Amino acid sequence: MEAIAFYVLAVVSVVAALMVVVSRNPVHSVLFLILTFFTAAGLFVLLGAEFLAMLVVVVYVGAVAVLFLFVVMMLDVDFASLREGFVRYLPIGGIAALVLAVEMILVSTAVAERGAASHVHAVVATGLSNTETIGWVLYTNYAYYFEAAGMVLLVAMIGAIVLTLRHKPGIKRQNIAAQTARTPATGMAIIKGVKIGEGIAE
Amino acid sequence: MSVGLPAYLTVAAILFTIGVFGIFVNRRNVIVIMMAIELILLAVNINLVAFSSYLHEVTGQVFAMFVLTVAAAEAAVGLAILVTFFRNRGDIAVDNANMMKG
Repeated sequence: MEAIAFYVLAVVSVVAALMVVVSRNPVHSVLFLILTFFTAAGLFVLLGAEFLAMLVVVVYVGAVAVLFLFVVMMLDVDFASLREGFVRYLPIGGIAALVLAVEMILVSTAVAERGAASHVHAVVATGLSNTETIGWVLYTNYAYYFEAAGMVLLVAMIGAIVLTLRHKPGIKRQNIAAQTARTPATGMAIIKGVKIGEGIAE
Repeated sequence: MSVGLPAYLTVAAILFTIGVFGIFVNRRNVIVIMMAIELILLAVNINLVAFSSYLHEVTGQVFAMFVLTVAAAEAAVGLAILVTFFRNRGDIAVDNANMMKG
């Protein structure tokens, strides 16, 4: 049963990933990317990493893929012209990718069978769930790395805002310094001698 | 577990290669290039989680979380650069993106 689930997820994820890079419409690419992330989350569940699976769904599907979708739909680009050169680079790219895939599969199989993972010791039953285990390790041994990750996200957020912020001329904005520096002398004018029922000129 | 570690590593290797292939063939479309980079990082995550699961060592999953963080930051900043680039040039063809050459 687990093997069936694995093979279904593996095939779906590989096909969806291939569709990401070859499909003509970038919106389809993003949707296939979402499918790839979902199937990868399924693989994580099969591996017993439930917390990371949920994290992939939340972060990748909920944030990154939606961000891609926004940008793809927001930019008014002629995507057909961006595909020229696709056929030209297809043979050499395919050959290079094939060689790379064969090499990586050979190496990883060798590592899995004779390397570090070959003599797996027995599972230590801790009685903790996956999430609890990650929490115990993350907030103790890797606390500084955790903070550094937070810094990375903060810098990325500020960077994205700074990059995309644009001050258009001709738009009235709130000037807080001017607001707080208001005095009665600058904020109001006393007009005397207004006749009843006539109002005042500007 | 009935499915061995090499099977997971093979899936990760194929996903990684598809990502590299996507960068090769979509040289002009920077959005698809960034999606291919996301695929590569996902493949790395699958590798980390597979080893973590088979070595019964949770460190790999913690590291995969950091990879996830960096991937999210990279996507945010990359797309922000892309939007600014599009605003300045009107298209996103990156093969002649040499405005800063001076």
